[in-house]
Amino acid sequence: MDATILTNVVDALPQFDGYVYPNERTLHPLWSVLIVVYPYITGLVAGAFIMASLVRVFKLKALEPIYRLALLTALAFMLCATLPLLFHLGHPERCFEIMMTPHFSSPMAMFGFVYAWYLMAVLLLELWFDYRRDFVEWSKTETGLRSLIYRAFTLGVTDLSAPALRLDARMGRIISIVGIPSAFLLHGYVGFIFGSIKANPWWGNVLMPIIFILSAVVSGMALCVFTYMFLCWARRITADMNCLDLMARFLFYALVLDATIEGLDWLHRLYSAEEGIDVLRSLAASKLFYTLLIGQACLGTLVPLLSLGTIQLTGKKISNLNRCRIYFSCTALILMGVLAMRWNVVIGGQLFSKSLRGFMSYKMEFAGHEGWWLSMLLVALPFVILTVFIKYFLARDLPTIENVVPGGVRPTNSPEAQI
Amino acid sequence: MSENITRRGVLRNLAGIVGGILAMPAGRTCKAAVQHGLATSSAPKGYDPTKHKWLMALDVDRCIGCGMCVEACKAENSVPQSNFRTWIERYVITRPKAGSGESRGETFVDSLNGGIAGFKPSLIPKEDILKSFFVPKLCNQCENSPCSQVCPVGATFESPDGVVLVDKNYCIGCGFCIQACPYGCRFFNTTTNTADKCTMCYHRITRGLRPACVEICPSQARIFGDMKNPIADDPLQKFIENNKTQGLKDHLGTKPRVRYAGLDEEVR
Repeated sequence: MDATILTNVVDALPQFDGYVYPNERTLHPLWSVLIVVYPYITGLVAGAFIMASLVRVFKLKALEPIYRLALLTALAFMLCATLPLLFHLGHPERCFEIMMTPHFSSPMAMFGFVYAWYLMAVLLLELWFDYRRDFVEWSKTETGLRSLIYRAFTLGVTDLSAPALRLDARMGRIISIVGIPSAFLLHGYVGFIFGSIKANPWWGNVLMPIIFILSAVVSGMALCVFTYMFLCWARRITADMNCLDLMARFLFYALVLDATIEGLDWLHRLYSAEEGIDVLRSLAASKLFYTLLIGQACLGTLVPLLSLGTIQLTGKKISNLNRCRIYFSCTALILMGVLAMRWNVVIGGQLFSKSLRGFMSYKMEFAGHEGWWLSMLLVALPFVILTVFIKYFLARDLPTIENVVPGGVRPTNSPEAQI
Repeated sequence: MSENITRRGVLRNLAGIVGGILAMPAGRTCKAAVQHGLATSSAPKGYDPTKHKWLMALDVDRCIGCGMCVEACKAENSVPQSNFRTWIERYVITRPKAGSGESRGETFVDSLNGGIAGFKPSLIPKEDILKSFFVPKLCNQCENSPCSQVCPVGATFESPDGVVLVDKNYCIGCGFCIQACPYGCRFFNTTTNTADKCTMCYHRITRGLRPACVEICPSQARIFGDMKNPIADDPLQKFIENNKTQGLKDHLGTKPRVRYAGLDEEVR
């Protein structure tokens, strides 16, 4: 009887507007904020890696100061990428079935392979080849636990002869080249998970994987600029403006591409006016007004686009300090905008009934299993891991080795800008 | 990198990796065979799914919206209070405004608590109603079922007898299938923490009984049968012969198998 009353109360709640299928009348959407965090973190991994590979593959010397930072950022986020999914599963103890008995027609089944490939064959390998010489050196110069850790990371390969170092550099470059399509694959597949659902007119869209890839590149690049500037501030050193300007330029190009494709997506939807367009239009105008139009389109895209574009046009007429301020605020806005984009896709797709006759609402829990607290923790965790990485692998007191050749060049910028 | 790396050693390692990769499909096939033997389907021993093709048809004009099918389904399958393996929708289509030139007015749909307790009279005045009817809904047992396509572990599968089933002992509870179902037929069962849906009472039909909803329907709006039944007077085969039928949301290409007769264009 109590349960009947509860069901009737749920039915009568103002969070349902119009007709919603009975099974859609739940207090929270099936995929809630944890599934928002998941593509966000994965996107940051892919984007940060792309940023790092610009140094290796395209030999952009000016970006050297952030090469290792970008790779470590990608790794820190990659290690946390599976956590939101795992917390979300109804049976997390069965998670390995995805890898053990994958159902090949499911895009989600590819997750295990894509993730394992990217982590094991791309990120860890590239970092190892890049760091191997330093590990060998540091294991000799450092003492105690640090020395042990560095020695363990050499994996017993302590050969520092010239041919061995050449091999390291060559392997690093090859892995970078393989890594770029892998990064696209990693995030393209996340987009495909949503894009392949034809039952949902907001998700089922051929452009979805491309939009996910581009927004991932944008967010990852923004994260690299953000962490680099933050680290420089924390260490009280001057940021390398050449590096920052170049990163901002690439960020601007990526943002132009991303905004164009997302604009094209909306244009196509509105013009073709397929089934469900009325629902999507009213979704954008009401339930997603703040996150889509204000958060994603205006603050997350338009403002950074105009600010970064102005800097591209005016060149270096704006003082270094002001450019730094603009870069910092733009990257913060972009990071927030991409998070809003993930929210709009994941939550927005569950705010209307598949009967296309009604709407649902979502009020995030604070401390629940899928609440604000846990999701914030999951977003913060990679930064904690990154701090540990920086302490061990980017520490300023570690002796830097001259003439190490990651990607064929060693940083030539002013020493204080190296982190 | 050191001198002890030999061509022979590298080749041996490579052969090991390649051998391991080649052995993986065989291992998976073995595991799939074992799983096939252990799959949970609630069918009795000796039941051969290849000899049947179960199907349900719904006669919209016959449904009186009493909700007994919803109640019977819940009792038979221990469906949680707030979820539904089957439900009834009421459609009320109003008359168009005079002089508007439209063929119909607005469409109002409701299904309070899945229609389990029937429906109270509509609040729309009788004279404003153009037509009103009830539509029973259940899993469409699609031929191209998007739900089993997206299941990452294959816990949802299409049985050879035409029923899409969920192995609750294998489902990881990711919810992808629930998102992929265009009909809202699947739900997340908070008791088992897995996906759940209509099985056409698989435990009954594999024992020669009819699904609970069909059994209890007082107006014979639900017709159930076996398309592989050689007997000429199978009620389902007869119904399909005598009626023009269609599936729901056919344009999505899911090939829904459940047939509807007398469906209005507003139903989706």
